Amino acid sequence: MVITVAVDRASDARPWIEKAAPTHPSLVDEAHHLGELYNMVNVPTVVWIDEEGRIARPNDVAFTTEWGGKYAKVSTDEQMALLRSWIRGETPSQPEDVLRGQIAAMPDESQEARAHFGLGWWLLQSGHTGAAEHHFHLGGELAPDDFMIRRGTMRFRESDPFGAEFVQMVADWHELGHSYYLPLPVE
Amino acid sequence: MPPFVLLDVGRPTEVDVTIDQGDVWIDSASVDSALGWELKPEGFCKDDVCIPVASNPGIVNNGEIRLAALADLLRRPLALSLEERAAYLGPPRALYDQTVETLDAPDFTFPDLDGHPHSLSEHRGSKVLLAVWASW
Repeated sequence: MVITVAVDRASDARPWIEKAAPTHPSLVDEAHHLGELYNMVNVPTVVWIDEEGRIARPNDVAFTTEWGGKYAKVSTDEQMALLRSWIRGETPSQPEDVLRGQIAAMPDESQEARAHFGLGWWLLQSGHTGAAEHHFHLGGELAPDDFMIRRGTMRFRESDPFGAEFVQMVADWHELGHSYYLPLPVE
Repeated sequence: MPPFVLLDVGRPTEVDVTIDQGDVWIDSASVDSALGWELKPEGFCKDDVCIPVASNPGIVNNGEIRLAALADLLRRPLALSLEERAAYLGPPRALYDQTVETLDAPDFTFPDLDGHPHSLSEHRGSKVLLAVWASW
């Protein structure tokens, strides 16, 4: 079973979903609640969930395209092989302590940043664009690794998420010695 | 003056507040209607859980509780806009700690493009690949 969720405005996700015309549930999370629940900071990311509704692999960057995988330094072929093997029941889920170790720590600042996103999203809906931008900015300052906030709000701020602000943001982030995508370690 | 809106993980409720030197004090009846926590002599109570409140006038005073103190008490992240009279409380810290402890995938309900709601829990019994993406 595949469920896709776009952390996006429905109007921005719509053309993509309509073009793909998926048969699986294809949902939209405009308010980024998935970030709050699963401690997600960037897309694309996938979570494996078993028959009992338990996390079998915590959220991990995944691409279906070769260029995406190269950029994120993950092997899409290996990821797909692992996934197929788990679905067929050939590979069991990782032991619980290993899974817990893979789940990223969540500093309080990350949730505080998401609260600023949530407030900003509501302010935007209410027509308080300037105040909304202020809270998106505060969120990005509190959690500079949260690109669901920093990049995911660019369109709300009349900035191009594939344009100069994005390129500069990633360059600055790399300059600080960080990676834009953080794949789980390969065992 | 427009009403003050308290957003409980996005769900808005109008609440009665007093704003004093930058501090937001929420009427305890509003805390109950917005968040379901009732102020009792033993503290803030919800279902069979009570969180004691120190008898500190800096926290609870005259049937009102200071919003920042309430967020600390419930271990929930807070974002506040005094100008637009709105505050957002995120999910309790305990919820995420519980996810890490139990490894239960947090349930969610989101609409598809036609507005039909779908929940993760509907798919119990199947393996689910949750793929999260965006156009940005």
